Amino acid sequence: MFVRLSAAVAAFSLLAGGAFAQQAAKPTDPQIAHIAYTAGVIDVTAGKQAISKSKNKAVVAFAEDMVRDHDAVNKQALDLVKKLKVTPEDNDTSKSLSKQAADKQTELSKLSGAAYDKAYIANEVAYHKTVNNALETTLIPSANNAELKELLQTGLKIFQGHQKHAEHVATELK
Amino acid sequence: MRRRIWFAALTAILMLSLCPAQAETIRVVIEKLGYEPATINAKVGDTVEWENRDVIAHTATVRGDWDVMLPAKTTASFVLKQSGDVEYYCRFHPNMTARIAIAPR
Repeated sequence: MFVRLSAAVAAFSLLAGGAFAQQAAKPTDPQIAHIAYTAGVIDVTAGKQAISKSKNKAVVAFAEDMVRDHDAVNKQALDLVKKLKVTPEDNDTSKSLSKQAADKQTELSKLSGAAYDKAYIANEVAYHKTVNNALETTLIPSANNAELKELLQTGLKIFQGHQKHAEHVATELK
Repeated sequence: MRRRIWFAALTAILMLSLCPAQAETIRVVIEKLGYEPATINAKVGDTVEWENRDVIAHTATVRGDWDVMLPAKTTASFVLKQSGDVEYYCRFHPNMTARIAIAPR
């Protein structure tokens, strides 16, 4: 089970990593805003699914943190694009992220109990790792606007915190 | 006269040494996932006041001991009850850590 789970996580990381790699070398600010927002929405959706499916206190608490934080960050992102008069632009990375996330949701929806909890948390670790890597190597260095760059940098710190938190919950589930 | 001045001075010193210094309030600001200052020196009875300027909630948590909830854009405080060197962190973002050196009063 664990091997299968790890393989699934590794496959997802590669896929999600691939989503970011597919993007043209340097995304524009409107594309970056769209990718960052999409990445947040994906985790809110995953969190809401976890809140309704899981009965594990630590897992539900973690999911609630994800919904609350990503909603707050996305609200800030929306305020910023409004202020900067930037219209987020859909792109291949966003599309591919959404597609993979929807597939993952379907996969997770078929699980229940401890199997679901483990798969959800393992995916949260992998997902945050991928997003953090994309922020560090592509999105932050590519951002032109200073305020957008700053928001992404704060976002990175928040998501690094989520990754650590998810890793902690994962060890509790073992 | 001189003796009286000496007596007054002695009384003052005695009173100062008997009355402990007033407890202080130490302020820590949380901004962009950092506790600032990250290290503070305090005494038992002092209050630590955290001002969370972030749009997300944080906590100031000592593992196995106290836990202070710090909702977004709020201020919350805690009175230090025990001496010692403690490390606290945010339960929601465990990459946030800070220290308090608490001296006995």
